[in-house]
Order: sequence, then structure tokens, then C-alpha cells
Amino acid sequence: MKFLHLIWSNLRRKKLRTSLTLLSIVVAFVLFGFLAAIQQALVGGVALAGADRLIVRDKVSIINLLPVSYEARMERIPGVDFATHQTWFGGIYQDPKNFFMQNPVEPEKFLKIHPEIILPPEQEKAWLATRTGAIVGRRTAERFGWKIGDKVPIRSTIWSQPDGSRIWTFDIVGIYDGKDKGTDTTPLFFRYDYFDEARQARARGLVGWYTIRVKDPSQAAEVAKRVDAEFENSPNETKTEPEGAFIQGWARQIGNIVFIVAAILGAVFFTILLVTGNTMAQAVRERTGELGVLKAIGFTNWQVVALVLAESCLLTVIGGVVGLGLACVATPVMAEKLEGLLPNFFFPTRDLFIGLALTIALGFVTGIFPALQAMRLRVADALRRM
Amino acid sequence: MAGPLNWFSQIGSITKFGLMSVPQRRGAVAATIFGIAGVVAVLVGVLSIAAGFQQALTVSGSPDGAIVLRSGADSEMVSGFGREETRVIADTPGIARTAQGPLASAELFVIINLPKRSTGTDANVPLRGVEPAALLVRDSLKIIEGRMFEWGKDEVIVGRGAAQEFAGLEVGSKIRVGRYEWPVVGLFTASGGVAESEIWTDAKILQDAYNRGDSFQSVSVRLNSPAAFQAFKDSLTSNPQLNVQVIRQSDYYAQQSETMTRLITTLGFLIATLMAVGAVFGALNTMYSAVAARTREIATLRALGFGGSAVVVSLLLESLLLALVGGAIGGGLAYFAFNNFHTSTMNFQSFSQVTFAFKVTPQLLARGIVWAAVIGLIGGLFPAIRAARLPIAAALREL
Repeated sequence: MKFLHLIWSNLRRKKLRTSLTLLSIVVAFVLFGFLAAIQQALVGGVALAGADRLIVRDKVSIINLLPVSYEARMERIPGVDFATHQTWFGGIYQDPKNFFMQNPVEPEKFLKIHPEIILPPEQEKAWLATRTGAIVGRRTAERFGWKIGDKVPIRSTIWSQPDGSRIWTFDIVGIYDGKDKGTDTTPLFFRYDYFDEARQARARGLVGWYTIRVKDPSQAAEVAKRVDAEFENSPNETKTEPEGAFIQGWARQIGNIVFIVAAILGAVFFTILLVTGNTMAQAVRERTGELGVLKAIGFTNWQVVALVLAESCLLTVIGGVVGLGLACVATPVMAEKLEGLLPNFFFPTRDLFIGLALTIALGFVTGIFPALQAMRLRVADALRRM
Repeated sequence: MAGPLNWFSQIGSITKFGLMSVPQRRGAVAATIFGIAGVVAVLVGVLSIAAGFQQALTVSGSPDGAIVLRSGADSEMVSGFGREETRVIADTPGIARTAQGPLASAELFVIINLPKRSTGTDANVPLRGVEPAALLVRDSLKIIEGRMFEWGKDEVIVGRGAAQEFAGLEVGSKIRVGRYEWPVVGLFTASGGVAESEIWTDAKILQDAYNRGDSFQSVSVRLNSPAAFQAFKDSLTSNPQLNVQVIRQSDYYAQQSETMTRLITTLGFLIATLMAVGAVFGALNTMYSAVAARTREIATLRALGFGGSAVVVSLLLESLLLALVGGAIGGGLAYFAFNNFHTSTMNFQSFSQVTFAFKVTPQLLARGIVWAAVIGLIGGLFPAIRAARLPIAAALREL
């Protein structure tokens, strides 16, 4: 640590160059933060999927509905703890741009199978007591300023009531939070019994998809096979897969665009590193003479290497920490702008640590070649260049 | 210091001098050029995704085409009509007619699961049931392999994009829809439009397979002229028998592409702006060190009588030139890497896959070059001013 002063003075020698380099590093790490947030938004759900949950949908198409009678049949299959269902409501609140999901569910089973949804017990009670009651996630509640007790009219693009009306009014009885930062708290959930009775008679008894809780997650694959076998050759054959695979499949529908964006950002990062590395190399070359002096007064080769590496690492760590910090501050602002487009847009803590590790790695990579060059320097040659 | 000609020749000689020293500073120069190339490649590349997606959706809509949906439905997926309603719609004045009848096709639109070739995971592939008029309503449709399906038979034709992106859609193979297996008998193109992402069959066949009775989801029509739209729309929306909305085909597709295009352009600009900022720092660094390395030369030139403004302009020129080289490399990279790259993504409005190709358009390339030039000018300006302000005597003393 006694050389810290020397390292610091070296960095301050060319203030302009140091600050420009520093700023490029800051930019690179802000970008890194955004990349992480984009990835999180598009594929982050996979990591949060319940290992004990299976999703059952119609084999031919996700838009085909399944009979509600399947629930009891599923629950008789060995290995199935219980099953419950959801249906895509396709509602619009005021303007199609205000997109968020609304699904009718069976409240008790729904809350049991989704422990990541945190609803205060008294609100749960209120939901069970109110047929037209709905619970909504914190984000959506805050976005539209909804409070408990509000009546919210939502126009369904799919479901109409017997009188032909498509406006459904729900009583907000609860506002839930997510257990993890990544839990999606945009959807609204309302009661299936109310939904089924209020929709047109010919559509009754049909639901969108099922979620099954298996007794033993390690048996999930076998249970999935049994479920599909149960409904084989029926008018509605099923496709059952673990929730993680289902979400991943969904993300992949958005496409390799994710991959392309990631690849492009990778290239960006690399380019900026190239610029930084070059500056660093230049800085060392300019000081050949001084390094010679250091060696002449008794610095060992390894001490010289350490000095140069410490300098480059200090630079990248400062730049990286500032950049990552800015990314932390800026992603919530971005998330506001992307509202509705990418719900889970945030900078995950795990990637923050990866980023920090990267700052040190970057300092090492950019510093190592100039450092080795400095090490190989012969004192006499170096001094002659002064 | 007489006359502009002299000034220009000064600029010329200083610039030449600067460029001749490039090989000595090749590391720094290369870093700047590639930094800027990276910015331009990313900008153009990301925006080419949005451009391609938008193009696929806009070529799909012809000015005299219109689509009729149930009122309140934002896509075909959630719309619905009975046979009677579609007849009333088809008989509305304003629709072009041939000897066979009005150019109106009542259609069904569903999605089926097919594995995506690139990932092997399920994708929602659109399956459309059409009536014979559909081929005249969308006249860009061409069979490029096999043949058209026969009306009333269990056969399908497949769009070229769908056949490329999803497995099991080659001519001669069979797709499974519930209890049925339908052979693929033909492959079609639609000038790169959305229809190329779809599988088509006879609407009647699809109604049976999906137990839809005699119902449809949308009616696509071709009007006498683009100007006939308003009258057509008014007569439909004022008809008490119907509860519909009428949209121009082009508006319908523009609306469908909006979410995705907005997402991509927002992210694209954000990323490119950040990168541009990074590249400006890189360019500044390079030019500052270029100036520092040439302190003595510049001072000598000034002592010989070269003007300060000539020094500024020539350094700016040098930086601009390097930036343009970077921009051209970046644009070229983007063009070769991304142009016509085929992919598919989700159309959020209809929940189904749209296949499309990235488009690196001349406008995008021009935009990339402009960005490069701006980066180069900003990166050159401050070092150039510093060079011009250099105290001559002090700089010469460094000799």
C-alpha cells in the first residue's frame, strides 16, 4: 500500500487522458448494466419458475381452451399434489397501451401454488368473501393509482357477458407484492367462479391452461408424461412441461433478437475495451525511462509488473464502479419509459457482482501486456531513452 | 497570409502531414477507427431489425385493401363473425367485383404449435383459413413450389418465411392439427409480407377442424379504389345489422408492428447513444495524443507563418477522415452481417409468430455515416483548438 501514492500520481500525470479513459470505461459498464437488465427482462422469469410446477396446455395451440373437468382428472393422477387453472382474459384498461395481464383464477388454490405472491391475510379473506373481488400487483396498482376499494372497469377483447357487454367491473380487494425482486407484480387476478357465471353460456366450463403442483419435483418429468397420457386421443390432447421450460419457450418466441442484442452489446464492450487497452499501453510506453530509473534504484521486476497492473486495475475499478452505480440508478428510470413493453426491466444483483469481477479482469487484461513489457525492460536501454 | 487560396493550401499541407504520420500512431488510430466502426455497426444493425420488421408489415398492406373486424377487437385473433354477417359485409358497395363475385374473403385465424428450427422449442405459428377471393384480395401471393391447395380438400400451403423458420413445413410433409393430418402441397411468397409467416388452407376445412361451425374472424376486402374507403367504412359502421370496425390494411399492419418497432428502436437508440459517447472519448484521446506527439511540428509550422485556423481545420479534417473510415467499415460490417438475416419474432397483438428479414436500408447507412462524422468532429474539435492555441515559443523550446 505504500506505493499507492506513486500509482495515484502516475494516473494524475495526464489528467485529461486519464479522465477520458475513465469515462469510456464508465460508459462500457453502464452498457453492461443495461445488457443485464434487458436479459433479465426477457429471460429472467426462467430462474424464478417453480421447480414443483407443471404447465398443462392444449397440444395443438395455446389459444384452444381445455374443459374445466380436467382438473379433477389431473388430481387423480399419481404424483400430482393438486391442479388449478387460469384463463387469458385479454382485457384493456382505458387504452390498449396500458397493457397488463388479467386472469380469472381459483383464489385459494392459486395462492397456494404461487407462494411468491404475498398477499396480507385480511386481504385474502376479503377476496374470498367478494365474488367480484380482484387482487392486483403493486406495480400496476401504483401505475394507475388504484387503491383497495376502487372499482375498476376493464373491457375484455375476448369475453362478453350474456347481454353482450364486454365491460367487466372488478372490486380491488387486495394489492400483492412479490417475494423476489423479479416476481412480476403487473397482473390482476380475479375469481373464476364469478367469471364463469358471468360469461356467455356457450363458453362456460372452458379454461386456458392448468398449473399442477407435483408432490416430488424430481418426479416432475414422469408426472408430465402421465398427464399427457391421460388425455391422449381425447378431443383436447395436452402438452405438459415444467414451468421453467414453458417460460423459456415463451421467451424464445420473442426470438433470437435477444441473442442478437446480446451479441451486439458484447461487441460494443469489446470495442470500448480495445480503446482503453490501447490508451493504457501508450501510457506505459511513455514512461519507459522512469520505469528504468525505478529498476535502477532497486525495484524488482515483479514489483514493476505489480505497479503497472495496479495502475490499470485502479483505473478500471474506479470507472467500473462509477459505471455500475450509474446503471443501478438509471435502470429504474428506463423501466418507466419501457413500461408495459418490458415488465421486469431491472439490474439484477448477481450481474452487479459479475460486473465488479469484470472491472478487475479488465484492468488485468489491459495492463498485463504493458506490464510485461516493462518487466523485460533492460535498465541500460531504458535509461538511454530518457 | 494573402487570400483564401493560400489558406486552403495551408490546410492541404498540414492535413497531408498529419495523415502521413498515421502509420507511426497506428495503434491509437486503429483503436479510434474500430471504436467508431463499432458504434455505426451497432446502430445500423439494431435499427435494421426494426426496419425489417416494419417493412414486412408495411408491404403487407395495399392502399385499396381493408380489413373488417368485430368492433372492439384489436386483432383478428379475438374478432368473430357469423356467416350472415360476412355476407352482408361482402355485399357492401365499394368492394371491387369480378365475374365470380365481390373480392371479399371471410377468414379464420388460429395458431398452432410448431417447433422453431433454431431452438427446437414451440412457437405459435399462424394458420389462416381463406375463401377463394383471398388470392385476388392479396394479389402479391405467388406459389413458388408445388401447387395451390384444392378447395374443400384437407391440404395446406405454407409461406416461405414459415417454412424457413419452423420445422416440418416442407412440401410433401404433413402437419398435425388435432385429430387431422394435412399434407403441405405448396410453398408461397407474398413479396416478403406477413402472409409469408402463415400457413393457409380452405376456411371450411379449418372451421370443421376447430368446431367453429359456420363462423369467421375477419373479412379482408379489396376496394374499387383507395378513395372508396371512407364510404365503405361509413356504410358498414352505420349498418344496424353489424357491429364492426373497418381498418385500412396498411393501418392495421402499422398498428400491429407498433409495439415491437417501438421496443427495438428505443433500445437501439439508447445503446447507440451510449456507445457514441464512449467513442467520442476514444476519438478525443487519439486526437489529443496526436496533437501532443506533433507539438513541435505544429509550433514550427506556426513559426513559419501558418495560420491558427488552418491548423484547426486540418486537424478537424484528419479526425473526420478517420471517423468516416470507421463509419464506412461499421456500415459495411452491419450490411454483411445483418442484411436479409432471416428470423422470426412474436407479434404481441396477435400472439403469433411473424417471420421477417433484417433490412440495412440506404437511409440507415446514411444515418450511420452521419453519426460517425459527428463523433469525428467532436473528437477532433477540442484537440484542434488546443493545438492552435499552443504558445509557439514554449513549444519550440521543447525541441
